[in-house]
Amino acid sequence: MKVFVPTPLRSYTKNRPEVSAAGRTMGELLLDLDRQFPGMRFRMIDEQDGIRQHIRFFVNGEAALDLNVELEPQDEVQIICAISGGGK
Amino acid sequence: MHLLIGTRKGAFILSSDDKRRNWSMRGPIFLGHIVHHIVQDPRKPNVLLMAARPGHLGPSLYRSTNFGKTWKESSAPPAFAKAKEGEKGLVAQHVFWLAPGHASEPKVWYAGTSPQGLFRSEDGGDTWQSVDGFNLNPMRDKWCAAGEEGPPDGATMHSISVDPRDANHIYLGMSSGGVFESTDRGANWAPLNKGCSAEFLPDPNAEYGHDPHCVRLHPQNPDRLYMQNHCGIYRMDRAEGLWHRIGTKMPKKIGDIGFGIVLHPRDTETAWVFPMDGTTVWPRTSPGGKPAMYVTRDAGKSWQRQDKGLPAEQAWFTVKRQAMCVDQGKPVGVYFGTTSGEVWASRDEGESWKDIARHLPHIYCVEHAI
Repeated sequence: MKVFVPTPLRSYTKNRPEVSAAGRTMGELLLDLDRQFPGMRFRMIDEQDGIRQHIRFFVNGEAALDLNVELEPQDEVQIICAISGGGK
Repeated sequence: MHLLIGTRKGAFILSSDDKRRNWSMRGPIFLGHIVHHIVQDPRKPNVLLMAARPGHLGPSLYRSTNFGKTWKESSAPPAFAKAKEGEKGLVAQHVFWLAPGHASEPKVWYAGTSPQGLFRSEDGGDTWQSVDGFNLNPMRDKWCAAGEEGPPDGATMHSISVDPRDANHIYLGMSSGGVFESTDRGANWAPLNKGCSAEFLPDPNAEYGHDPHCVRLHPQNPDRLYMQNHCGIYRMDRAEGLWHRIGTKMPKKIGDIGFGIVLHPRDTETAWVFPMDGTTVWPRTSPGGKPAMYVTRDAGKSWQRQDKGLPAEQAWFTVKRQAMCVDQGKPVGVYFGTTSGEVWASRDEGESWKDIARHLPHIYCVEHAI
């Protein structure tokens, strides 16, 4: 499925704004992204499997609030660096 | 020689010839990243390690083997152990402090995080492992106060120092938590705060819970420790095991509160501090808006003000704990960076000052490199 990558993470994707990855859940999708782009997952997901404070995921425009959200191959996933007031 | 500058918005390298008169700047490196610490490997001078993270993303570490021309990200940055089901685990939000290991262990590095955690790399900084003797210590949560703010504010681990005579002997400092010591390479830890005041605790003579801001071992005598604490300036001779408040000899109107402390590389009696206002609501700016370094040349029996060349008034910056350093020169060069983005240098052990960089972002660290 298509995954849209925000600018802070494009150092991992060789500056590509859109990549392809697979998974039946958000958790699996992130593992596949990390397999393709090593180190990328830890920047979004902490060691307790929590989504980091300023990261948001959307599936077909709907917020995906945890890693168990199920995915279909035709889904489009957006990774967003949430607005944090300019301080970050 | 060089100065490695870490800022709120990236890193910079200032370089000079041996006369330390003219400086040129390289950077920004990783523009927009929060760079808490950038450190040269004394065992391999071309190697630099940098703790950096963009504001939106998790923390990471980068290693350069060509003195900052190119960088490679750590493949396994510091991370706490995954908690058991139903329990809340710790999350490393920032890598705050980097310290090279012992000379006999050329690939070993230590890292301190926020919240307080200790990590070791045994492959030159590529992969990092938890030092479980600290991070999983049953006392850890009692030793360490929690803090919501990110460093350099709030709860963090810093001042990791390996005894140059013994790779198993390690000190660390925590804001807050206190000074701790291990003699078995991190397997066990003991508080080392006797004599140090903790005026913000119900029991100011508590065993732990103190707020060291910066602790340094003297390179010529590693049994002599100096500390700039939230509650004053201290010195310890390890055999005695007691902190002595040497800041009581500072001028009363200046006080002895600050973030950093740096030591003369050859003289065990000489140390520099940069006082800040720790009165009333703790502005943490230069007292009275008149910044000055203070030096002791007798291990804290007396202090002398050093402000020649510094702004005479209306200068309200702060110097953070990692933003002071010395070089190995004769006379010693002393350097500091400010929250207002200036780097100041003295080629005469603090007697006179010149700004060698301006208009940088908020400076978090200034480290000397050869």
